[in-house]
Amino acid sequence: MIPLAWSAAMVGYALVFGLGLAGFLGWVERKQSAVLQDRIGANRADVFGWRIIGLFHPVADGIKLMTKEDFVPRHVLRPFHGLAPALSLGCCLACLAALPFGGEFQAFGRAWNLQPWPSPVGLVYILALLGLGVHGVIMAGYAANSNYGLLGGLRGAAQMVAYEVCMAAVLAGPMFLYGTLDLQEAVRAQGRLIAGILPAWGVFTQPLAFLLFLVAGMAASKRIPFDLPEGESEIVGYHVEYSGMKFGMFMMSDFIENIVVCGLGAALFLGGWQVPFVALTGPLGGAIMLASFFAKTCALLFLLMQVRWTLPRLRFDQLLDLGWKSLLPLSLANFLLTVWGCYLWR
Amino acid sequence: MAVTVRAVSRPARGWLEQVYIIEVLRGLGVTFRHFFVNLWRHVLRLLGLRAGPGAVTIQYPDEPAVLGRRARTRHRLLSRADGSPRCTSCLLCETICPAKCIHIVAEESPDPAVEKRARSFDIDIGMCVFCGHCVEACPVDAIHMDVDQVELASYTRSGMIWDMKSLLQERR
Repeated sequence: MIPLAWSAAMVGYALVFGLGLAGFLGWVERKQSAVLQDRIGANRADVFGWRIIGLFHPVADGIKLMTKEDFVPRHVLRPFHGLAPALSLGCCLACLAALPFGGEFQAFGRAWNLQPWPSPVGLVYILALLGLGVHGVIMAGYAANSNYGLLGGLRGAAQMVAYEVCMAAVLAGPMFLYGTLDLQEAVRAQGRLIAGILPAWGVFTQPLAFLLFLVAGMAASKRIPFDLPEGESEIVGYHVEYSGMKFGMFMMSDFIENIVVCGLGAALFLGGWQVPFVALTGPLGGAIMLASFFAKTCALLFLLMQVRWTLPRLRFDQLLDLGWKSLLPLSLANFLLTVWGCYLWR
Repeated sequence: MAVTVRAVSRPARGWLEQVYIIEVLRGLGVTFRHFFVNLWRHVLRLLGLRAGPGAVTIQYPDEPAVLGRRARTRHRLLSRADGSPRCTSCLLCETICPAKCIHIVAEESPDPAVEKRARSFDIDIGMCVFCGHCVEACPVDAIHMDVDQVELASYTRSGMIWDMKSLLQERR
């Protein structure tokens, strides 16, 4: 009974982590872009005159999307039109289950695991679900039954497939180094110290992989330098025919995909829930683990958001060139170097 | 006519720019600098300390709009020292107006030194394109566009028509 309740609690934490952070990201995106462009940003939504630097805007957005008319054009392909956003969002949300939000701690005579779904193949699971998310995009474009939607969907498919391949190839290096596909084990493998001073985080042992992972992750989650599936000037995007909360679900799945990618980056390259030089034990240690993982994810999100508001978007051929001709060879080279390095070292 | 062709050489991109990573970092440097400088100023101002502005935003309906010194805004009619309108109903402004938004009805002036005066002088602001031709055309400097009033919306079309009485009101 207790394991089941604990498991349910952790799943709840994962959902709150994903959905809450996704709502918050809507605010971050507005405010961060505003501050770095010398603007103020959205600050009008208020509750009884309280504005709290625009923090009510995500709430207002949510209410608006929920209560807006869900208009379904007559020409769309029926079952797929409704299924696409659910598939898109569902795949992203399911990814959250395998993220190592924290390690294990001992309390009340038993071990408590802070990962909702401890799995020996957590990484494969996340990569597979991120790949499945492509189907939501293609399905939305196809169900739109119009050229604009279909073009957007096709672009999304070409882009996301290219970068999922890159992502898997990039992660092969760190995975070989840690010797496991279990994210929890990968985090534990980063708990050592190199030469007694430097934590053995992936960002120090696999710097090239970290950089490539950020690029591939950004592209796989369709963030701006790579947001080719939608484009107001040339095509409108795979979600042309969506309105109301169905459109909101696509937005949410974009944000949650971003969170999953950042969580994965934090787990594999920033030492996950580890805090350098500190051994975390007991319930307090568990809380620190959760906070540490949260902080690292947020830091990566902040960085990706900054990149999103700094770089202009790529042209589609440039995007595919970058993916297939630069990223994939570089990540394979990184994998080979890692293998050789490990072989020579031992 | 011969076609003149001028070749413009593009700045060449070196290897470092081609790699793009360094350029990305430079761009991030700019945005991070702006972000943190502005954030620091916002925090200082929130604490009630003196700091430079963290944003260039003018919160328009709350704060007044800032107009250029030479901005062309709503018209006004100027009057003579005795208070009568300067307009002599020459109809030059009505003639030059590209939007045909000025409508003048002339009448005889009681002043023997002045031939005509306006009985009515209506400007349909809803039609006006704010080109300023009327100001340039006026031989007696009777019309200006310097009231600095830009909130001219009205709920009715007739509310957009300004008559002589309201146009003669001085600058706000």
